[in-house]
Amino acid sequence: MDATTEQIHGHHSLQHHFENMEQQREAGTLGMWVFLVTEIMFFGGMFLAYTLYRSKFPEAFASASNHLDITLGALNTGVLIFSSFTMAMAVYFTQIGKQRPQVICLVLTLLLGLTFLGVKAVEYHDKYNDHLIPGRLIPGRQFGPEVQEEGQPLDPHKLHLLTGATVRQVEMFYWLYFAMTGMHALHMIIGAGLLTFLIIFSLKGRFDPEYHSPVEVIGLYWHFVDIIWIFLFPLLYLLGRHMGHG
Amino acid sequence: MSEHIVSVRVYVTIFLVLLVGTALTVLAAFVDFRWKFNTIIALTIAVTKATFVVLYFMHLRYSSRLVWVIVASALFWMAILFALTFSDYLTRGWLSVGY
Repeated sequence: MDATTEQIHGHHSLQHHFENMEQQREAGTLGMWVFLVTEIMFFGGMFLAYTLYRSKFPEAFASASNHLDITLGALNTGVLIFSSFTMAMAVYFTQIGKQRPQVICLVLTLLLGLTFLGVKAVEYHDKYNDHLIPGRLIPGRQFGPEVQEEGQPLDPHKLHLLTGATVRQVEMFYWLYFAMTGMHALHMIIGAGLLTFLIIFSLKGRFDPEYHSPVEVIGLYWHFVDIIWIFLFPLLYLLGRHMGHG
Repeated sequence: MSEHIVSVRVYVTIFLVLLVGTALTVLAAFVDFRWKFNTIIALTIAVTKATFVVLYFMHLRYSSRLVWVIVASALFWMAILFALTFSDYLTRGWLSVGY
């Protein structure tokens, strides 16, 4: 790029098909929002299936939900909200042109995202131990939790069925649980990859107050994934707590 | 029109609001409200939290009208998805058609 082009366009990151940096930034943000709408529709289908089966099997959904670990679920909600905050701060520091805190915030966001995935892995492993992976997804270990008998001492690994619930209906909950949290976790993994890319480029000093669309746009994606979890947490973990222990 | 920079104060406030919302939703889940109020309370808190994230963390409040239209379209199509599906499922058996 010769000096004249630089003078005309004002910034080396400006693509030739945009009038100015402002228009380029707006176009990027707009495109990301359109993508997020398709994502909302994608998760919307699963939320629809959830609502449908929950209205069909309310007791089974409450029983199955009570078996989830509320402490880990709440902890992960906090972790994800914290990561959204650090992501927002990363955008802020990019906008005011402070590179060091920008990198620190991005690294924090990545670490918190990985923490979330780690906790999720612990939860999945607990479900594996209790034979709660639906269908025959795990070869040789099909869905078959032990059911808590009346009058027996409470065993946290056994499924406590509320009146009117059956094991087959509980399996339906776990299909939805793994589909929804699994797709959410996949989005987190993709987000972690994108953050790694951001950290590398921000270390190279690629972003400045004039040009920071990648930080802004990946931030939008990260917050969207946070919002999905904000809905998943009460819908999956909290729906039957008032109906007694699990 | 130049880019709006949200202040650190706003970000911290939203962060705290989200944490309080999470605590509230957990506490409310253990209280037995009548009818379906447990679900209604949980979803109200979730929608409130999501709104704060969208407006401030995602800068929607400071974005152009075009972005607002796109976000509204998402809610509109979601409403269609739920309304049409449940207009079927929830109304089954309302009429006896003799078979």
